[in-house]
Amino acid sequence: MPMIQATDGPIWRKRTPLKQWLIWGGWLVGLCIAVYAWQLISEKTIWMFVWDAPRQMADIGTRMVPPDWSYMDKLWRPVWDTLNIATIGTAIAMVLAVPIAFLAAHNTTPHKSVRAVMLFIIVGTRSVNSLIWALLLVVIVGPGVLAGTIAIGFRSIGGCAKLIYEAIEEIDQTQVEAIEATGGSRAQQMVYGIVPQILPTIAGVGVFRWDINVRGSTILGIVGAGGIGVQLNASINVLAWTQVSMVLIVILGTVFVSEYISAKVRGAII
Amino acid sequence: MLRLENLSKRYKTGDLALKNVSLEIPDGQLVALIGPSGAGKSTLIRCVNRLVDATEGKIHLGDREITGLSMAELRRARRRMGMIFQEYALVERLTVMENVLSGRLGYVNFWQSLFRKFPKENVREAYRLLDRVGLMHMADKRADELSGGQRQRVGICRALIQHPELLLVDEPTASLDPKTSRQIMRLIRELCEERGLAAIINIHDVALARMFSERVIGLKLGEIVYDGSPDGLTPDVLTEIYGEEDWEATIEKVEDDDESEASDDGRAA
Repeated sequence: MPMIQATDGPIWRKRTPLKQWLIWGGWLVGLCIAVYAWQLISEKTIWMFVWDAPRQMADIGTRMVPPDWSYMDKLWRPVWDTLNIATIGTAIAMVLAVPIAFLAAHNTTPHKSVRAVMLFIIVGTRSVNSLIWALLLVVIVGPGVLAGTIAIGFRSIGGCAKLIYEAIEEIDQTQVEAIEATGGSRAQQMVYGIVPQILPTIAGVGVFRWDINVRGSTILGIVGAGGIGVQLNASINVLAWTQVSMVLIVILGTVFVSEYISAKVRGAII
Repeated sequence: MLRLENLSKRYKTGDLALKNVSLEIPDGQLVALIGPSGAGKSTLIRCVNRLVDATEGKIHLGDREITGLSMAELRRARRRMGMIFQEYALVERLTVMENVLSGRLGYVNFWQSLFRKFPKENVREAYRLLDRVGLMHMADKRADELSGGQRQRVGICRALIQHPELLLVDEPTASLDPKTSRQIMRLIRELCEERGLAAIINIHDVALARMFSERVIGLKLGEIVYDGSPDGLTPDVLTEIYGEEDWEATIEKVEDDDESEASDDGRAA
């Protein structure tokens, strides 16, 4: 349609005039909603606190420096715990995620109902924040590293399984067909036809998830599930701001290192 | 001997891909299956090893009826039929050796295949086959490092290590250049002669079909419209199979010469 016949030849437009006006209208409505929402937020804000914010920030800032470097002695162990929570949690998640992914992918699932159950597990574990899992698990298995590890593992199953089953659904089916044509069984078709195709994905997802989990596990200590968060919580509770800043520096360093490692490993896989 | 009796295939979409096809292929015969796209060539080949299940009709390989087999029996029957694919269908991230050995999957159990513990004879035979097709030095390369012609040779080795009686070959040259196409076709023919294998080769290239097969079957809209010698492919017959076109040039060039340059004229469809 958008070809218009003019006297000096045809003119081409991407959209018809009506569509063009509708798009402009859409932007206008969006803008109005944003203005209205801003007004609502503004009404419910106690502006005195907001104006005061820079001064408060400066106040905490000055209390935080210099960081209490000697506190580092007590932080090595929690940092180690944090890394263990992330690593073992990720390992548990991956071990569970791979079979779940095979049962969930529509080209490998034994039955539609199995697929439905697996998708439910994937959505269920993904939608609950690891902090909430940790909160529950601290009650069930008691405070400490174990609760944190299981929480991180549970939270990661869904995300890992989702990425892996999507990779399974996108494989080149002719490679599997070729294995089928040789007389290979279903299990052999998986091992020869599918696994080699998704192996890079599995490795990539594992490293990516580990990186996320290092960050995630630093906070779990807040609810008593082990790791460096326990120290952070304790220091905030006693208003030991120089210790808080020390913990924050350590967290930053840990995340930085994990990011570096995962980037290196991912580079090596691809 | 392969025997198809009144084979029909209707896809779920309602398309009738094969209509009452009956044919017999004696041991050791090399048959080219030609016809326009959508004529049912691939469907026919896939019905034979039941990658696609025929709607009606029977398939006999030797004294075995393929159509009624259980899953386990079908696996055993598939070992006797080697398949070679258009886009090679190698497992790209496995090595050449693993790809060749995967032809033995119907014979070894799951754990042997998982840990790549294939019997010694299989490994030796894999080396012999790779040597035969000139890829001995590539055994430990990953399949995705190979060129098209090399990949197809690996595909051929994978099919042969099954010890088949029959090769099902689906457009083996469609992704290859004219010279490599001829080399691959010649290799398939030689190996079939050496081992007394029968083969059904789907092929778009009429000139190649004439050069390398002993018998040509023309398929049109799921029905056999020609079954005879390659020399019988006159312009009238080709018009019957494919429709009106100037076929003289296609038929002229039949000399089987490795170095022939003007060899792309025959790309019919």
